[in-house]
Amino acid sequence: MSPDRAEAREAPEGRGTAGAQEAARRLSPARVLDIDPLLDDPKTRIVVCCGSGGVGKTTTAAALGLRAAERGRKVVVLTIDPAKRLAQSMAIDSLDNVPRKVKGTEGDGELHAMMLDMKRTFDEVVEAHADPDRAAAILSNPFYQSLSAGFAGTQEYMAMEKLGQLRAKDEWDLIVVDTPPSRSALDFLDAPKRLGSFLDGRLIRLLTAPAKLGGRAGMAFLNVGMSMMTGTLGKLLGGQLLKDVQTFVAAMDTTFGGFRTRADATYKLLQAPGTAFLVVAAPERDALREAAYFVERLAAEDMPLVGLVLNRVHDSGAGRLSAERALAAAENLEDARIVDQADGKAGLRNSPDTYGSSRPPASETAAAAPEEGSPADTERSVDRLTAGLLRLHAERMRLLSRERRTRDRFTARHPEVAVVEVPALPGDVHDLVGLRDIGHRLAAERPEHPEHPEHI
Amino acid sequence: MSAGLVSLEDVSRLQVVSGKGGTGKTTVAAALALALATEGKRTLLVEVEGRQGIAQLFETEALPYEERKIAVAPGGGEVYALAIDPELALLDYLQMFYKLGGAGRALKKLGAIDFATTVAPGLRDVLLTGKACEAVRRKDRSGRFAYDYVVMDAPPTGRITRFLNVNDEVAGLAKIGPIHNQAQAVMRVLKSPETAVHLVTLLEEMPVQETADGIAELRAARLPVGRVIVNMVRPEVLDAADVELVRTVERSSVAQALSTAGLGGARRGGNAEKLVDPLLEQAAEYAERHALEQEQRAVLGALDLPQHELPLLAEGMDLAGLYELATELRKQGLS
Repeated sequence: MSPDRAEAREAPEGRGTAGAQEAARRLSPARVLDIDPLLDDPKTRIVVCCGSGGVGKTTTAAALGLRAAERGRKVVVLTIDPAKRLAQSMAIDSLDNVPRKVKGTEGDGELHAMMLDMKRTFDEVVEAHADPDRAAAILSNPFYQSLSAGFAGTQEYMAMEKLGQLRAKDEWDLIVVDTPPSRSALDFLDAPKRLGSFLDGRLIRLLTAPAKLGGRAGMAFLNVGMSMMTGTLGKLLGGQLLKDVQTFVAAMDTTFGGFRTRADATYKLLQAPGTAFLVVAAPERDALREAAYFVERLAAEDMPLVGLVLNRVHDSGAGRLSAERALAAAENLEDARIVDQADGKAGLRNSPDTYGSSRPPASETAAAAPEEGSPADTERSVDRLTAGLLRLHAERMRLLSRERRTRDRFTARHPEVAVVEVPALPGDVHDLVGLRDIGHRLAAERPEHPEHPEHI
Repeated sequence: MSAGLVSLEDVSRLQVVSGKGGTGKTTVAAALALALATEGKRTLLVEVEGRQGIAQLFETEALPYEERKIAVAPGGGEVYALAIDPELALLDYLQMFYKLGGAGRALKKLGAIDFATTVAPGLRDVLLTGKACEAVRRKDRSGRFAYDYVVMDAPPTGRITRFLNVNDEVAGLAKIGPIHNQAQAVMRVLKSPETAVHLVTLLEEMPVQETADGIAELRAARLPVGRVIVNMVRPEVLDAADVELVRTVERSSVAQALSTAGLGGARRGGNAEKLVDPLLEQAAEYAERHALEQEQRAVLGALDLPQHELPLLAEGMDLAGLYELATELRKQGLS
């Protein structure tokens, strides 16, 4: 990570909203990630959202894009595999592999969005760099067809390729990119290099130029190794595949300046000062472990990390009532109810001001005629509901403390990483209003919850 | 919970567990391996994505490319685990068929192994599924199966059909040769009743949609779809009547009830009174989420597959929780 950028994101002072301060208080000792200055800074040109699957990466990317656009920037969001309804909300559910302007945004900026079509992107690379005959030969090659549609790293590679293309066009102030749902969150860093070094590498040269190598004196040992190898690979894969690979690489190799060069260029782009990495996670053990790993890896690769977005964090307006007390209170209410029903006494309430209260004993109406809506009946159902509310609260408080423990473990390991927490929503997001709401939450603009002093 | 009890003889010997990222498929696969290992049975839990998720779950050090006992199930069963490494699997394979022990290293140096295991489309998957199928088929000297069950923690739903359908992937490329034959043999196991592919989901829109899409793809490829396992199901705390009441109830009567329960004064500004709004707000969120969950249950119900639900563990996932889930799976007749 680049230290000076990180410095700029120091916990907000002065400009921070009440919400941000609230977040700051909840998060001390960790630093708070302030999203708006990042999005507003004209020097920020690329934001990469990465993290493990199922943590809300795509939604975060879309929400950041919308927020930046509504704050006046011209933004394009590159999504990899959006949920259908999210894609529909931005009208990018048709796969044409070019950014489309999203309608319905507010303010002066613009939001464009696109969904990556990896095969198409690969085809475009070929078409852009080869003459038509050669391009046709490549596109119809069976090895190419499998590679462009199937190779586990192609999606990662093409996402980075598309990012490079969008950046080169220089049509947008800001590009927000979602990363593929890889088996490991790091694949998008490795796959381009792996594919690039394969396509441009020693093996492929050996495979494609056996005659040339064999003819040279002093290279005989290589020739032996080579024929053993092509022999083995041929045996393994079948001779046809090997021939397909050879013709594919021969066609590719001469047409453009090497895959590795392109992969290297994209890699450098990711390290450039205008790029900001956001690690997205949820407050769960696995997601945060992956996030920690990612933070370490980005640092090792000199990739500029700006912070962690922690999605789906729960909170409670009644945080001062502990889970244990809530459960005990729920039991009180339920016990009282059982007693009501068992022996017809309203007693065993443990609160002095209601003990022997003006409420009528429940049994007379309950036992004789359990009519709907009778006062005792209503009272019982309110008690029942209240016990339910308390149990629900206890569950929320346990979740909350588990989330805090998990988060604290991460911040203890990486105190240098600025964090922003995004409160959990009860439902899914699939329109601009929902994305805007997430944007507010990302920027810590939310109605302040009541204080959580120590437990009462 | 539509599944009836299933006798052990009916359970497929290769159980493949997939699911969208974040749904807990590794956890479910591990719980299933434990559940199947009761009554002295032996199961093998295999991992194919190099994430070491199994080791983390069982709180042991990283798994080598070697079958290793990681847990003992109630009743004396045993769970073994194996993290399949495609490179080592290929070298194994070369050694087995071509006696290429030392040459394997040379191949590795030249990048051929890397090519074969990471770049050549489909080959990696043949090696991974091939190893799992070999374990399913393996017998000891007495002719008894080495493992009663093999449970695979498979790639996510979005890639599962392509991953398992190695034949189609490889057929277009390797039309002859050992890889081709290997792919054929693997497909015979994967498309037989010996195999069942289970999908793990949450009661949320995206995972449910992905599950429905995944099942359609698996069916189109004629791969045997097993069960839908809904993971991390939250308990029903408020019933329909309560949810209805949340909207109409008098705040003062809730305050009164809270006060009765011993949580302070019910009057305006009293401790109990101050709890009413946040508690009702939480209940409203619960109701909204519950309604969404019911919608998703209906979508899953329309898939016409046996369905199971596993509870969200309040204390988070740990080894004890894993045993709890295994017990739950057995209770529900999944193993």
